[in-house]
Amino acid sequence: MRIAVLSGKGGTGKTLVSVNLAAAAKASTYIDCDVEEPNGHLFFKPEGVQVEEISVKIPKVDHELCNGCRKCVEFCSFNALAYIKNKLIVFDDVCHSCGGCILVCPESALTEKAKVIGKIKKGVSGEVVVWTGVLNTGEATGIPIIKKLLNADNPQGDQLIFIDCPPGSACIVMESIKDADYCVLVAEPTLFGVHNLGMVYELVKLFNKPFGVVLNKCLEGENPAEKFCLEKNIKILGRIPFDNELGTLNSNAEIAVNKNEKYRELFSSLLNTVTKEVQHETTTNP
Amino acid sequence: MKIVIPVDEKTLESKVCVSFGRTPYFLIYDVETKESIFIDNSAAASTGGAGIKAAQIIVDNKADVLLTPRLGENAAEVLKPAEIKIYKTITGSAKDNIDAFIDGKLPLLDEFHAGFHGHGGN
Repeated sequence: MRIAVLSGKGGTGKTLVSVNLAAAAKASTYIDCDVEEPNGHLFFKPEGVQVEEISVKIPKVDHELCNGCRKCVEFCSFNALAYIKNKLIVFDDVCHSCGGCILVCPESALTEKAKVIGKIKKGVSGEVVVWTGVLNTGEATGIPIIKKLLNADNPQGDQLIFIDCPPGSACIVMESIKDADYCVLVAEPTLFGVHNLGMVYELVKLFNKPFGVVLNKCLEGENPAEKFCLEKNIKILGRIPFDNELGTLNSNAEIAVNKNEKYRELFSSLLNTVTKEVQHETTTNP
Repeated sequence: MKIVIPVDEKTLESKVCVSFGRTPYFLIYDVETKESIFIDNSAAASTGGAGIKAAQIIVDNKADVLLTPRLGENAAEVLKPAEIKIYKTITGSAKDNIDAFIDGKLPLLDEFHAGFHGHGGN
C-alpha cells in the first residue's frame, strides 16, 4: 500500500508525518521524493547505503553530418536547440530528454548521450527501508529520479510504503502521487496554509485519489485549515499539536516516535486511522 | 546597420519591453534607410527556452545590434557566436534609445542573468 504525504507548501510537516508514520509502522518503506532537498535521511540515518546514478538522454550533434535544415530547432517545444552561423547549438540544461530531435533529423546528425542529473540511495534504518532521491543543483526536473524511486524494487501487497512528496502541486508532485493508493495532506492553521491546502486538495481530486487531512501545528482557538476541511467535508485523519518538545526533537533530527511514548501513541493512532482508510478505499474502490 | 529592440507596442514611441525572450514584438530599425519594421515574437508563448528562440529570431533577421534592458545567459550564448553587439537600454521610448545608441550614449550590456526558469515559482 502506497501512501503519499503532500502539502501545498514547504515546512508544513510532510517529512515529520511521513518519517514518524514509517517509524510507527516498523517494517515499512520510506521514499523521499523531495529530490531538490531530501531530508528524511537526516532522521533515519540509514546504514548500508547503496547509491545509483541517474542519467537522462540528451542529444549530441555530429557537425559533419548536420546540413542545417533546422527540423530539430523547429520541433523542440522547449527551444533547447538553436542554429547560429551554420552551427547547431544544444542547450543541455533546457533539454527535457524527449528524444524528438533525434527522430526528426533526416541526416542522423543527432545521437543520444547520457547526462547524469542526480542519484538515488537505498539504506536501512531499523526495520525501515529508506530511499532517497537527490537531484543535482541546477537540473531542470527531478521527474526521472522520482520515476526511478517509485519503480524501484519496492514491496507489494500490505506492507506500507510512505512517499514523502515535494512541496507544491506541480508535475513533480503529480509524478510522486500517480500510483499512490492514498494521499495524506498535511495542513497548517494559517490562511496561507489554507490556500496551499486548497491547491493540493484540487490536485488529489483531479487524480481521483482517496485522501484525508492531517492538521499540524494545532493551537487553541480557530483553525482555518480545519474550517476548510469541515466546509468541504474532508476527512480529518488526525491533529498534531503545536508543541515545543516535538519541534525541538524534530529540529534535532530525532524521530519523535522513537523518543517519547506520547508521540508514539499520537503517530500510531494516526497510522491506524490512515491504514483503516486505505483498506476501506481499496475494498470499496478496488 | 540593423538595430533590434524588444517593444511593448508596434510604434517608435513604445516603451522598451522589460523582457527580451517574452516581449510581444521586436522593432527592427535600419540606421541607413531609417526604416522601421515590427515583427511578432513567436517565442513569447514558449513553454521554455523563450530567450533562446527569441535570440534565434534576432539572428535570422540579420541584426547587428540589440538594445535591451537585460538578457538571459542562454540568449547571450546564442547571440555571441552571431557577433551581435548588445547594449543596455535607458528609460524612455524605443526612439529615445535608438537616438541614444547613435549618439554613443548606451553602455554595453555584459552581465547576463541566469534566467527565471520557474525556480520556486511553480
